[in-house]
Amino acid sequence: MGRTLIDKLWDTHVVADLGDGASLLYIDRIFLHERTGSVSLQELKAKGHAVRHKEHVFVTMDHIVDTLPGRGDKTLMPSGTDFITATRATALEAGLNLFDVTDERQGIVHVVSAEQGITLPGFTQVCPDSHTCTLGALGALAWGIGSSEGEHALATKTLAVTKPKSMRIVFNGALGYGVTSKDMILHLIGRYGAAGGSGYAITFTGPAIAALPQENRFTICNMAVEFGAFAGVIPPDETTFEYVKGRSYAPKGAAFDTAVASWRLLNDDADAAYDREIVVDCADIVPTITWGTSPGQTLRIDGAVPNPIDAKDANTRAAMDKALEYMGVAPGQKLEGLAIDAAFIGSCTNSRLSDLRAVAAVVKGRHVSPNLKKAVIVPGSTQVKRAAEREGLHEIFKAAGFEWRESGCSMCFNAGGESMGEKWRVVSSTNRNFENRQGPKTRTHLASPITVAASALIGAIADVRKLG
Amino acid sequence: MEKFVHLKAIAAPLLRVNIDTDVIIPSREMKGVSKTGLSVGMFANWRYTDVAARAANPEFVLNRAPFDKAQILLTGDNFGCGSSREHAVWAMREWGFWAVIAPSFGAIYYGNCVRNGILPVVLPDEAVRAIAAWVEQAPAMNQVEIDLPTQKVYAAGVVYAFSIGDSDKDMLLEGLDPIGVTLKRDPAIQAFETKDRVMRPWVYINGPA
Ligand code: SF4
Repeated sequence: MGRTLIDKLWDTHVVADLGDGASLLYIDRIFLHERTGSVSLQELKAKGHAVRHKEHVFVTMDHIVDTLPGRGDKTLMPSGTDFITATRATALEAGLNLFDVTDERQGIVHVVSAEQGITLPGFTQVCPDSHTCTLGALGALAWGIGSSEGEHALATKTLAVTKPKSMRIVFNGALGYGVTSKDMILHLIGRYGAAGGSGYAITFTGPAIAALPQENRFTICNMAVEFGAFAGVIPPDETTFEYVKGRSYAPKGAAFDTAVASWRLLNDDADAAYDREIVVDCADIVPTITWGTSPGQTLRIDGAVPNPIDAKDANTRAAMDKALEYMGVAPGQKLEGLAIDAAFIGSCTNSRLSDLRAVAAVVKGRHVSPNLKKAVIVPGSTQVKRAAEREGLHEIFKAAGFEWRESGCSMCFNAGGESMGEKWRVVSSTNRNFENRQGPKTRTHLASPITVAASALIGAIADVRKLG
Repeated sequence: MEKFVHLKAIAAPLLRVNIDTDVIIPSREMKGVSKTGLSVGMFANWRYTDVAARAANPEFVLNRAPFDKAQILLTGDNFGCGSSREHAVWAMREWGFWAVIAPSFGAIYYGNCVRNGILPVVLPDEAVRAIAAWVEQAPAMNQVEIDLPTQKVYAAGVVYAFSIGDSDKDMLLEGLDPIGVTLKRDPAIQAFETKDRVMRPWVYINGPA
């Protein structure tokens, strides 16, 4: 029987069979960030282990570093500076590739890893961050790990992993006006639940995926973890190779051509069988937004909040009751038109140049609602920032009343520094609507960047298709 | 790492689906570059009515005796989903938990548990709810018993079998240091690299090409 893309990625990296479905897998690249990087590196040193292949280990400053203009090592978060300085010191001591606060290559880990050509098709890559799966959009097996596994990967260049089951999700049809790849993944998670992909590695495929530009593919794989999946991959194609070509760490010239020839084989064999298959028709997808505190609690933009009475079991009902109370919404209520306090565009989900261009097209010549207490745009990397500024996008954003920040995770999560206000209702292009994620009791509604932009202009949750 | 073989302990029910690691240990509670001192921040937003003042919320299960001595957590689907932060497990271990029983777990959280001596037990939703109902009748007396070598949970007069991967089981039973175990395979890693350098030379490029 034929092999799936996931089988191929897996088999290429098996160092040893550990029995019972587990393998010792070779890890091609490791990325660290200042939130946990220093803990791993200090522990490793304390245990007397060295970093194996330090040239394959990269470190960036994104999680805790401020995003306010003129930032340095100082942070609004108490003790935040310690994370930055400790990570810098341990990374330099270990001789790792460091993209420091003022480095032109700095940015959100999963954005810069692709942008610099560090992740390549066919690679395995890990990072102590759950959204490492973003990089699966390049045809790489990439997944998030904890600190202990991070130490293991650093010391041995391998990880012991039990092979997940495989799932293929086929997106058929074409996206309608105002519908983005963010809506595709929110729609999927909404339909099958936040644990719908639990225990699986997923291949996202089909005509609607193949039609997506590379940058929009990252958004899909980014949220594979919000679907409970181990990882999500997209078969690499010409779009992918074109994206990778010429990037800093990618092979060049004849070496690139050799690599591409091998990357073309990274696809499902015709008779490959997956453990589970889901087919989604993109004609069913409209702009989608979350109403609750799990990415599975989604709604069509014109939909009404569901009633816990209809929940499939008691635990789900308990979670819905809690979410309704936390979010300050009621069963049967429409979200469209609900007043918001703030808008946030950024994060490893939606902060690339194409996202910013799409937002600029919506907000150009308009202004955010005076009701908004905050409207922020944070580019995914310093390079994205520079590119956006070369195109003058920042002028459009500022004229529309948005703050234009330095690159980083910023208010995607609240580390105790700057955050959204207490109980603020925020429409956000990020990936997690968990309780307190963006600030104390903050009510986060996840949506596409253009839905966030439209909502910011109206001052209430809005259907971008009606903006005209 | 301490070994996990057998445990009989008070179990606390927190039956809700999709409890994420931001809930288990909020970002703001991860104040230092260390693995310790985290238990006070565990479930902070649910456990305290005023987080800054650490004012206990009497409604929260882990604030109610005898659940404040619980070593086992009974919970819902997809427990530990979300952020990869191992701090969630460090906080729970420091607080006193040795095992979590749930219908399913976030994958990264599951692995983090095993690497810190906490046993994650997967049982069907009905089983977890039946155990929780039995525990609620007399929490101090109706203690849950878990035996890892035989992969059995004893509760409510029923024996529940659970499955766990061999390598995860060994790691917990022996309290092994996984890095030390893998480094014994160094010849295999070297052999892989030698072969792989020929197959995929672009992996071994050092620095910007
Ligand atoms: S942007 Fe948000 S989700 Fe992405 S790596 Fe940073 S904190 Fe995590």
